[in-house]
Amino acid sequence: MKNRLVVSLLLVLAGILLLAHPVAAEGEAVQVRLQVRDAAGERTPVVGAAFSVVDAAGADIGSGATDDEGVFRLEVPGAGDYTLTIDPATLPEGIVLANTEATSVTVTVNPGGTGNAIFAVSDGSDGGASLSAESGITGRRIAQLTVDGIKLGLFLGMAAIGLSLIFGTTGLVNFAHSEMIAFGFFAAYFFNFYGLAGVFGFMAEWPAPFGDGVNLIIAAGIAVVLGAGFGWLLDAVLFSPLRRMGVSLIAQLVVTIGLSVFLRYGFLLVFGGNQRFFRDYTAQRGRTYLGLVDLTNKDLLTMVISIVVLVIVGLVLAGTRIGKAMRAVSDNRDLAESSGIDVERVIRLVWVAGGALAALGGVFLGLSETVNWLLGFRMLLLIFAGVTLGGLGTTYGALVGGLLVGMGIQLSTLFIPIELKNAGALAVLIGVLLFRPQGILGRAERIG
Amino acid sequence: MTDSAPDGGTAVATKSSIFDGVPEEPGSAKPDSILTVDNLRRSFGGLVAVDVDHLEIQRGVITALIGPNGAGKTTFFNLLTTFDRPDSGTVLFDGEEVTGTPPHKLANKGMVRTFQLTKALSKLTTIENMKLGAGHQRGESIWRGLIPPLWKSQEAEIEARAEALLERFQLAHMRDEFAGTMSGGQRKLLEMARALMTDPKVVMLDEPMAGVNPALTQSLLGHVKSLRDEGISVVFVEHDMDVVRDISDWVVVMAEGQVIAEGPHSSIGSNQRVIDAYLGTHHDSALDFTEDLLGGE
Amino acid sequence: MMFALDMGRVMQETMTQAFGPQAVVFAMAAIGLNIHFGYTGLLNFGHIGFLAAGAYGTAIAITSWSINPLLSIGVGIIFALILALMLGVPTLRLRADYLAIVTIAAAEILRLLARSTALRGVTRGAEGLNEWAGGFQNANPFTGIFEFGPFRYLPMQMAIVVFGWLAVIIVSILVWLLMRSPWGRVLKAIREDEDAARALGKNAYWFKMQALMLGGAVAGFAGFIQAVDKATVQPDTFVPPITFFFWTALILGGAARVFSPVVGAILFWFIIVFSESFLSELVADGTIPDSILASTEVSNVRFLIMGILLMTLMVFRPQGIFGDREEMALDDR
Repeated sequence: MKNRLVVSLLLVLAGILLLAHPVAAEGEAVQVRLQVRDAAGERTPVVGAAFSVVDAAGADIGSGATDDEGVFRLEVPGAGDYTLTIDPATLPEGIVLANTEATSVTVTVNPGGTGNAIFAVSDGSDGGASLSAESGITGRRIAQLTVDGIKLGLFLGMAAIGLSLIFGTTGLVNFAHSEMIAFGFFAAYFFNFYGLAGVFGFMAEWPAPFGDGVNLIIAAGIAVVLGAGFGWLLDAVLFSPLRRMGVSLIAQLVVTIGLSVFLRYGFLLVFGGNQRFFRDYTAQRGRTYLGLVDLTNKDLLTMVISIVVLVIVGLVLAGTRIGKAMRAVSDNRDLAESSGIDVERVIRLVWVAGGALAALGGVFLGLSETVNWLLGFRMLLLIFAGVTLGGLGTTYGALVGGLLVGMGIQLSTLFIPIELKNAGALAVLIGVLLFRPQGILGRAERIG
Repeated sequence: MTDSAPDGGTAVATKSSIFDGVPEEPGSAKPDSILTVDNLRRSFGGLVAVDVDHLEIQRGVITALIGPNGAGKTTFFNLLTTFDRPDSGTVLFDGEEVTGTPPHKLANKGMVRTFQLTKALSKLTTIENMKLGAGHQRGESIWRGLIPPLWKSQEAEIEARAEALLERFQLAHMRDEFAGTMSGGQRKLLEMARALMTDPKVVMLDEPMAGVNPALTQSLLGHVKSLRDEGISVVFVEHDMDVVRDISDWVVVMAEGQVIAEGPHSSIGSNQRVIDAYLGTHHDSALDFTEDLLGGE
Repeated sequence: MMFALDMGRVMQETMTQAFGPQAVVFAMAAIGLNIHFGYTGLLNFGHIGFLAAGAYGTAIAITSWSINPLLSIGVGIIFALILALMLGVPTLRLRADYLAIVTIAAAEILRLLARSTALRGVTRGAEGLNEWAGGFQNANPFTGIFEFGPFRYLPMQMAIVVFGWLAVIIVSILVWLLMRSPWGRVLKAIREDEDAARALGKNAYWFKMQALMLGGAVAGFAGFIQAVDKATVQPDTFVPPITFFFWTALILGGAARVFSPVVGAILFWFIIVFSESFLSELVADGTIPDSILASTEVSNVRFLIMGILLMTLMVFRPQGIFGDREEMALDDR
């Protein structure tokens, strides 16, 4: 048993190191994504801004302008340092550089990699400085923030269901759950950009998704399947053996912490520390609904998909055999076991479903904001806040809590600076624990 | 001191005389009540777990609390020991209202409890488990704890008392072993001995015989009786009717959260409400207190 | 191949850091965590917050209130004590895992607050507080660079190594005294079973609060040492993952033993620095090609190793490298 565990861990490590350097399906390049954020934090691409690129020696490499998605991308001859310079005069009417001095940025391009340069631009609405400067409680702002909050809440709730169900069925507080969210994001990112050739160079000539990146919708599907597989793997090679060895729950909790550190730095090693965007649908222009709320098509679609997925999860839990079995195990493991339910199988399924939902949540989060390797850590606190608010171990609590946290975060910016919005949500969590420790949907427990 | 032989007959008879003239009905008044409960209610969600109008528990005797599964015995027990808070109602301990008092304060006032699932502290040695029980220790202050001379003398007294109790409970040979190495029965003994370290007026035992092998049962019974002989009041929850018959002076029967009958064990068996509660209302034969009807969970 | 490596340099770096200022900080922090988790069973995953409180307390006392440097240590510890109170009041009555969630959240709130523009006047945002450590540097009795055996320290590092380890030993002795007193006995009882302790008349809530405050104060002191070592206090040096490294150090040494945090901290830095500088050597001389591991990525690999170490230790040697397996096996839950 123990040997199996060691071997499994080594295999996972080997897999990560194997992935560590995706063979480039495309050559080295520099890239700029020029977007302007409005007061609500929504980004719109800046089209037609001209850039020129020189290498470390000052030799001219090329020039060009940002496309409809605000992206300027230029293939460069090889790895090394490159300097990008923007021509401020080509910026559209009303758009200015946040720092008018900073017209040049130098980036390092790794072998097979893309050097992302960051230019901060502003539409003047935030005075070119802090977004919190935009304040005032207007109906329009409340409506926008509420919808943004619901969006974030849906993603959080979806991603957190697995955390709550795993706690319900096994008693384990899984601190690595949020890394399953990051896993989903990076899996989708990977297939969106590279395809399998990213790992297996010989596939480079094969059709997508083997030889090349695929459209994000397909990549997201692959990510969800991989997320399910990842959940299966974690339970099969790590937590199921730990349960059989009788390792205490506290010890298992510390193991999940080790796992989360391992995975997080694994992502850093494989994907680097830069902000990551998907190749498709990154910069859509929003449309105004009811004269109140700006939403992009992807916002609408991801919200609708989340709601559909959550309704399906609810129906499965309420109506199907396996769903009832999950709730039964969650309610009383011993009773479920003695009434003939294969508890281990149920737990395995919970891990699989939780992994898939977390992965989908990760993809959606990656579509709605810029993320990097710390995505998992940032989400960790938010999904824990949500699950604890809703009631640890209750299924629907994860959703309710997630929605509350999402809305709380967004609406709190009405009163506190944006940079503190997560702190506000966490403070509310602590406040709720004071008055209703079992969470909103949780029930008080009997002692003894 | 330790009469491990269960010859209880005479002892029970003398103690039973206290109850001469006490009506055998729920909520009857006792000559000297140490615990008095009034209108105590506790519900979980929509389910009313405990709803006791009035109950008095006599000082200096052994009172058994019985009832079918789900009768609310454990919840009632938790309310009496303030480990749980009632929705409404009061508990008087020795004439003083203790509702809402934290459990540790209640313990310092002289009410100590044990648990259904024994709570021997596995990674402490037997003697440390015992010494923990002693109240008002000077060395339990963080500042005085730093300076051994301030608490060493008291510690020596406590240790002597603990050793005497270990001797009495036949655990002296386990003195320096971790409590985690003990058998189930030994843990029950340790828990009872440790409870005595607090100098209690009332000892509340939650299923003291559960999971104890039969060879140890007699010795445990003897120890419970010896508590009473020292003037300590004992309340215990029990499933095993042989045990109840053997050592209890008075029996309180609960069903569906309410006290439905009280009396000496001899009269409880023929009480129609008790029979109905245990067997359902359609059963009309006399109740035979046997383990196979009532034992176990 | 191996002999081409500069093992002398690897060993010097490793030994210097295994007993260096960061090891002192880790030892002190792990002593605090040992009081929380090892003896009392409190799941504190926001330990770094106490270090931040200690460091900021010291620096703010000097920069904002112009307090004497020696007294500023006290301010740091008071900050840590206040944090412990604020964490303990809402959570110590709740189930153990809630404390885990709340502590990690609180540590992150503190960091976000420290780098916020709202508190910029006091904490100087992301840039942090810099010009306050002069008093400590002036008071340093050591001058010149110290080299002996495989060790090599700058003057300020030398001061921290000497006075820091001395403080670690003193605090360890105090903890040892406390843990064999009746006070320590109650803590261990609470760790094993809180309800049992309450049934025996112990105010579990208050004892847990005392333990949280004591461990918090020790960690605040660790934060002060960290601040003096770096001569700066920046919010982003107090990121939550550091807490997990304290845990690794504690579990390496074996929880609930007086000297285990000290041993664990030294081992932790030994493993980290050795693996990092050994890997760097391998990358530098080409044994590991750049395409597998670039030299800039070596420092991230050590966190990977740490994660695996924490997992495997917890599974196979929860008693730590030198702990007693039998005692751990008594866990009957």
